[in-house]
Amino acid sequence: MSPIISRGFRGRRREGPPDRVPPGQYVTDDFPVLSAGPTPHVPLEEWDLSLVGEIDELRRWSWDEFRALPGEEVTVDIHCVTKWSKLDTVWEGVPVDALLAGVETEAEYAVAFCDGGYTTTLPLEDLTGGKAWVAYAYDGEPLDPEHGGPARLLVPHLYFWKSAKWVRGLQLTSVDEPGFWESNGYHLYGDPWREQRYWGD
Amino acid sequence: MARAAVLGRLTWKVAEAVEVVPETARVKTIRLDVPDWPGHLPGQHVDVRLTAEDGYQAQRSYSIASAPGGDSLELTVERIDDGEVSPYLTDELRPGDRFELRGPVGGYFVWEPSRGGPLFLVAGGSGVVPLMAMLRHLDGEGDGIAATLLLSSRSWEDVIYRDELERLNGGETRVAHTLTRSQPDGWKGYSRRVDPAMLAEVGPPAAERPHVYVCGPTPFVEAVASALVELGHEPSRIRTERFGPTGG
Amino acid sequence: MESLKLDGNAAAGLLREVFATEITVASGTCDGCSSVSAVGALVAYTQAPGVVLRCPHCDDVLMKVVTDGERVWIDLRGLRSLQL
Repeated sequence: MSPIISRGFRGRRREGPPDRVPPGQYVTDDFPVLSAGPTPHVPLEEWDLSLVGEIDELRRWSWDEFRALPGEEVTVDIHCVTKWSKLDTVWEGVPVDALLAGVETEAEYAVAFCDGGYTTTLPLEDLTGGKAWVAYAYDGEPLDPEHGGPARLLVPHLYFWKSAKWVRGLQLTSVDEPGFWESNGYHLYGDPWREQRYWGD
Repeated sequence: MARAAVLGRLTWKVAEAVEVVPETARVKTIRLDVPDWPGHLPGQHVDVRLTAEDGYQAQRSYSIASAPGGDSLELTVERIDDGEVSPYLTDELRPGDRFELRGPVGGYFVWEPSRGGPLFLVAGGSGVVPLMAMLRHLDGEGDGIAATLLLSSRSWEDVIYRDELERLNGGETRVAHTLTRSQPDGWKGYSRRVDPAMLAEVGPPAAERPHVYVCGPTPFVEAVASALVELGHEPSRIRTERFGPTGG
Repeated sequence: MESLKLDGNAAAGLLREVFATEITVASGTCDGCSSVSAVGALVAYTQAPGVVLRCPHCDDVLMKVVTDGERVWIDLRGLRSLQL
């Protein structure tokens, strides 16, 4: 049975330029907060970011060391698998390329692991080449905890569940091991332009 | 186990609006006709789904306001200014309009007379809706079970079901109000947020082992539930329904 | 954001479609801390790509439910057992 159309219902979305809005997405002016659990609150003195797994040597940055790395401001469109897209979002972050500079690895994937236990896995190729950042500021302000602060992964070319909030590191691995959502129905890769939301899409 | 709950997979049913009745400036009650409605228990809710012409969908849950056994189903909806679904239901919906509905659901936050009393109901704002279904059911059944409702609202104008609550107050049912932002001249009731002292003054003592139902925005529910436990109420007798930030 | 926390009861509709019975009154035992709670009393996060139910005592994930409208994926790994 196809759903009943409710006369006059539009929802709170606005039109967006079709070349910027992937199939099945709707543009929003809000920044919806989605969460699978309580917001972690880690004091910055205790925070660190690590690269672990199949690499030549482990790397770790304290918050101060992380913030001393060269950051850049980027303006990107983001697309959530729950169908909202937000255009021209402004972030500041350290390119993942900078974190991986000089790292020797045969690994093809990275599992992003986070405070609160969330994980998501991406091909290393999708984290490099200027495609990903560890972001610490949004819209000119330090990143709010409910949006992933103090730092989150930012990978705008994939569905936003890949932009892991409260990221604490990347585990480099040869295996595309499904993370929190990928192990329970969500697509392993998640390309919004091919509408890869769920398994088999 | 909810007797009225239909075993077997739920599917979306079609609901047709019969009437939209204002309760307060931001709140309206929607009377619905739902063919093959299986009946419900006080405290249960429904999921409402709206579909736009281009297929866009939005879904929210609303507690059932009406007591079991009526001709039509009633939902009471508070208009959330930047909401997706509530502004449609309160401002756009006209008699004859249709949308989809799934339910009744929720066996946990349910009360029926067979559970006994006394009942202690604590509501923040639109959290009063499922508790009203309980009070209306009690009023209809005449079971002689003692019930107390403590309702927190911003102002006297914001009190949902105000006249009906005045009518219900008396006898075995007691209604107490706290108005947290503004009070009418000569107001003699509470004018602060719900706290342990207020709960102790208004509600049955923990020793009477009341069935407690708390409903409203999440921070309200958590504060009240903690306060009740502090007063000695057994956690297993306290049932909560958090409405989240949007109030439903 | 504390206000995103709801009760398992908020997921009752979705869970009814999955379990074909009113699951919110079932008791779940957390595999992490062994505490027992009614499913309706679990902490539910519904503003997410799926519904996540967590233990109210230790916050471990007990249930994840994802649906694309036709298929449903259920992860119950965090539950040691579910009594209906």
